Amino acid sequence: MIEYAIELHGVCKSYRFFELQNIALRLHRGTIMGLIGPNGAGKSTTIRILMGLVHQDRGEVRVLGHRMPDDQVAAKWDIGFASEDMRLYEPVTLGWHINFMKSIYASWDDAYAQVLLKRFGLNAEQKIKGLSHGQRVKAALLLVFARRPKLLVLDEPTTGLDPVARHEILRELMAVMAEEGRSVLFSSHNTQDVEQISDQITFIDRGRIIDSMDKEIYLDRWRRLRLEVPDGVALPSLPGVIGIQQTGRLAVAIANAFEPHLPNVYEDSGARVHAVENMTLEEIFVANVEHSREEVEA
Amino acid sequence: MFVISQADKRPMYLQIMEQMKQRIAVGDWAAGQAIPSIRQLASDIGVSVITVKRAYLELEREGVIVTRQGKGCFITSDSEVGARIREQELAQRLEQVVRSAAMMGLSPKNLEKRIRAIYDRVIDGEKETA
Repeated sequence: MIEYAIELHGVCKSYRFFELQNIALRLHRGTIMGLIGPNGAGKSTTIRILMGLVHQDRGEVRVLGHRMPDDQVAAKWDIGFASEDMRLYEPVTLGWHINFMKSIYASWDDAYAQVLLKRFGLNAEQKIKGLSHGQRVKAALLLVFARRPKLLVLDEPTTGLDPVARHEILRELMAVMAEEGRSVLFSSHNTQDVEQISDQITFIDRGRIIDSMDKEIYLDRWRRLRLEVPDGVALPSLPGVIGIQQTGRLAVAIANAFEPHLPNVYEDSGARVHAVENMTLEEIFVANVEHSREEVEA
Repeated sequence: MFVISQADKRPMYLQIMEQMKQRIAVGDWAAGQAIPSIRQLASDIGVSVITVKRAYLELEREGVIVTRQGKGCFITSDSEVGARIREQELAQRLEQVVRSAAMMGLSPKNLEKRIRAIYDRVIDGEKETA
């Protein structure tokens, strides 16, 4: 059995105004990875490369054990891919699409498709051209989910959806994960979604991977410390602290490699630690992108 | 029903731990009872497997749940588990109170007096109105 659903090593791709540099990525079988990054960071390019839709200039890509792009025909039977720009055929009904998929994929699960129709509030009799944006997204995901693929690759599956639709889709993704051995890679701007359902988080900015690791470990490394700095005390610069902002006697320190003894070190220097706070992925995201850009520019 | 709230500042695994403990404390989950697997609970509440796994590991370390290889997860068979959880919760809150008081320079005697006064007002007040 393969250990990784997705494996990328040293993957590079150059465009005229954009470069994907040395991408390395591993998705363990049976886990969900959230890919986050600003617009134009390289998320979609990375996804297109691992789907064989764009060919890398250099580097190795394996998906479900298949080499990409060479073995993409074999790989795609077991991959469910959905992206924002995917178009369904406007003049026909959703039911037509369901029958079409059923005729192609032996793994198609009709009972599950019926369950999904109900859960997503969709009607198989309805023509695609009459569907709202949210309904189209849900219809496209239904067509992918009901194939029961071993790997789901979803490019921005929740973008532009209302909170209820977003919630329905996240729930369904987690229902997929109830079955052992199925894997998901999805990209999103919505850090809240990524924080909630991902086992692993990968940060990408300006064509480079900044971080890629276990979500719990990752969130645990980041902390915000609220400090009181009496007159005459200077805060030491400490390893693992990426920034300090001070106004008057109050200071906020951001740590990206927090250790339990860190507050004591500040106390020993004469400061008082008022609070040690966890950070949301959104806060980490912004701090991390700013920090890594400063480092690149320095 | 588990509710994971974004408005809650604590990490999700702590929220899950607390809600599991609550179920035990109120008696919905009895000592020795089987509980959902990590993957099942993750799927039910819509939170990643790794987060639920962390909550289970911490609860196991605290002796609240046990994992039996090949059989699944269970509440500890210790029948006092509910009482122990409530006791722990009280101890934690008291500790917070003491810390805040110490930070403001309140003496233990003073703190005792303040607690006594609140007790008289809240508990005895309730008795009078009853």
